[in-house]
Amino acid sequence: MEILAIQILNSLFYASVLFLIAAGLSLIFGVMNIVNLAHGSLYALGAYITAWLIGRAIAGGSGASAIWLFLLMPIGALAVALVGAVIEPTLLRPLYRRAEEYQLLVTFGLLLILEDVMRFVWGGLPLTADTVVDALPIVRILGQLYPAYNLVVIGIGGIAALGLWAFVYRTRFGVMLRATSQDRRMASALGLDVGRVYILAFAIGCFMAGLGGAIVVPSQAAVLGMGVDALVLAFVVVVVGGLGSLKGALVGALIVSFVRTAGIQFFPEVELAVLYLIAGIVLLVRPTGLFGTA
Amino acid sequence: MALLQTVNLTKRFGDFRAVNSVNFTVNQGEFLSLVGSNGAGKTTLVNLISAQLWPDTGQVLFEGRDITQATVFQRIRAGIARSFQLVNLFDRLTVLDNVSLAIFSREGKARNLATLAEGDREVRTEAMDVLGLFGLDTKRRLLAGGLAQGERKLLDVAVAYALRPKILFLDEPTSGVGTRDKAQIMDTISAVVRAGTVTAVVIEHDMDIVFKYSDRIVVMHEGAFLADGLPAEIRVNKEVATVLLGAAVPG
Amino acid sequence: MIALTGTPRPALPQLRLMGIAVPIAVLLALVPSFANSYQTLLLAYGLIIAIAGLGFNLLLGYTGLLSFGHSAYFGTGAYAVAFMAQDLGVRSMEAYILCGLALSAIVSAVFGFICVRHTRIFFGILTLALSQVLWSLALKLFWITGGSDGLRVPRPTLLGGMLTYTGGGFPRFISYYYYYVLVLFVVCVLVMWMIVHSPFGKALQAIRDNETRAAFLGLRVRRFRWVAFLISGVYTGLAGVLWVPLNGLTTPDILYWPFSGEIVFLTLLGGFRNFTGPIVGGIVFTFLKTYAVATTEYWQILLGVVLVVLVLVLPTGIVGALAQLIGRLWPQRAD
Repeated sequence: MEILAIQILNSLFYASVLFLIAAGLSLIFGVMNIVNLAHGSLYALGAYITAWLIGRAIAGGSGASAIWLFLLMPIGALAVALVGAVIEPTLLRPLYRRAEEYQLLVTFGLLLILEDVMRFVWGGLPLTADTVVDALPIVRILGQLYPAYNLVVIGIGGIAALGLWAFVYRTRFGVMLRATSQDRRMASALGLDVGRVYILAFAIGCFMAGLGGAIVVPSQAAVLGMGVDALVLAFVVVVVGGLGSLKGALVGALIVSFVRTAGIQFFPEVELAVLYLIAGIVLLVRPTGLFGTA
Repeated sequence: MALLQTVNLTKRFGDFRAVNSVNFTVNQGEFLSLVGSNGAGKTTLVNLISAQLWPDTGQVLFEGRDITQATVFQRIRAGIARSFQLVNLFDRLTVLDNVSLAIFSREGKARNLATLAEGDREVRTEAMDVLGLFGLDTKRRLLAGGLAQGERKLLDVAVAYALRPKILFLDEPTSGVGTRDKAQIMDTISAVVRAGTVTAVVIEHDMDIVFKYSDRIVVMHEGAFLADGLPAEIRVNKEVATVLLGAAVPG
Repeated sequence: MIALTGTPRPALPQLRLMGIAVPIAVLLALVPSFANSYQTLLLAYGLIIAIAGLGFNLLLGYTGLLSFGHSAYFGTGAYAVAFMAQDLGVRSMEAYILCGLALSAIVSAVFGFICVRHTRIFFGILTLALSQVLWSLALKLFWITGGSDGLRVPRPTLLGGMLTYTGGGFPRFISYYYYYVLVLFVVCVLVMWMIVHSPFGKALQAIRDNETRAAFLGLRVRRFRWVAFLISGVYTGLAGVLWVPLNGLTTPDILYWPFSGEIVFLTLLGGFRNFTGPIVGGIVFTFLKTYAVATTEYWQILLGVVLVVLVLVLPTGIVGALAQLIGRLWPQRAD
């Protein structure tokens, strides 16, 4: 029973991170019709930048309290958003009129570049930021010890889901976003600045990925290859939930996380294989995913 | 016996009845025109007959057999072919390959991966004959994507014709080309179709062309048939004139 | 005289092929006599990767389907060899090839059956997801696959031992194996050339250009795509089989999806709209990657930049660009 509670919390922790990555991927696809293969690497970039900032702050020795360290996380995510705001107009914009294969390939090239940039800047060793986890207490849940930090991450995941939903469905920019995703030409004819919508959508998607990396890095160190691993899992999430659907990203992230946690517990050898198989079966039975439309 | 017949064929899109309980009959060997304003249901009717859409109710009979449930593949094998309103070609294949492929498919040779397509003299000769009929033989080595609009319209018909269908549906074969080209295209099509004793159903807007070439004219309006008769009868039909107002109805 | 004014008959396609292929094959056959064994080794790798590229391009260039999961078939071929060597003690290269082909045919038939229900981006993601099933199995079932350490594969016997390289050491093995690969490469090129010029190949191109119209010619689109997928997978599987003895080791890396990305990359590098594109791409990519890896620790950046520049500036690849250049320098008389 106690173990189960911990496992559920672990799943929720994992789902929060996955949701952030997958929602960004899905948002970018929904608005711009681009599958960004470098999305996982942007998540890794968020993890590295945040870990580095936290490391600097601690090395600065300004007696930095945990609260200040927490503020570094959105900064890490913002940095990734900035990278996205540079990538979209320079690398992606020239390709919208071309076949989607080219867009896929350019993002693959970007992935190769980003992976090596991270290796160049931060080297091959893992970059940790566990001071943040230690700054928070260990709490008792049904008699089991559990780091409070993980609860914070679950909270951030929930807030991010709500915030993104409110943003897309309750703000003026959200309306523009949805209009553009439905019909780019129509939106442009109605006087929307599609270029601005695209750059913002891409930056927001990158921000989500970066935030995912920022909140995961205190409990799991930033390592090379984490982005490439994460991307495939994010794919599974959006394939199960439906590419371009926010609700799908949320439900998909929960399904994948719970299956994965159960998998690690009961069938560790085929845990990943089961996930990919689920994605394959969903695509076979419901090609648009559980909540996809197009 | 009618070659093709639909019985109470109905297709709804939401509340809109695009095709409303239509009983359509095409006789062997005739050149029939299907006319009506935009949204009258002409293309939907052809889509239902060619299995690009499935009807909500009703039946499609071909040579007396019920083919309502038959797939695209089965209908083509049975002898129903069509061309498209917006030209549908294989743009990166040559003109000759476009037509050859129809013949390979018809002959069940398209599966063959151990012979050269160009090496099949029978198919090549037949494809050249078809291209000759449509006046496209000199263009055979061009890519289909590089043809002028009028030539593309003709090639589209030629590809469907090369399937040697019993009935050929042509969806606006002269749309998007100039007036002078229209007459030439229709002259060619009608000559080929009549010489090849193929039954043809043509969707057309230009009433001059319709009156000139058709054996019979069917007028559709709001998903149903408004009139069905010889060109001379349709020409004097007041109701038709009202509905097609704006279309060139001489006299 | 009138007969002469008619349009000249084009040279038979077989003659055109032979005119280009024979000199190149002869040139390739002469390589070991003037190149050292390291360069020969690289070229052997290049030819093997070119076989994978040829297979991959039957899908991308001729059928219009972008697979991001061809690592699955390459890996299937490679692991088939490793299992036979380790668990059955088989040493015969011919047996490796037969079993590798059979196994990759089975895997690509099953995966293809699922994937061809989709096109475009969904096809790509589905191929990727399925390939990762195999990758995760290779990684996790370490008592069978050796996990991330992979499996070692000893040098096989060639032609049932008729080609003995013992005593000659590595250089002799390389030069024999190079010819072995070269012969298979030539066969693969000829067969693929036949396929894309066959009625079947034309049908694939028709499906690529216009799926709806192809269906209205009575072509069973999905079935054609499936067969193309199968052939493509078998080619890539053969490349995997040939690759292992050269590498001496197979690891899950060749099943991981970035390796699929490399196959896409090399095909684009050569040019996916040309028959020879993936061949040129495979060889150039192998040399490019080898030198990049040898020159800098950060070779991925180099490859990434090349890829991005390629997409933005040179989307038709090396062969496409050369063809355009030649077309501009010596414009053909239109007939």
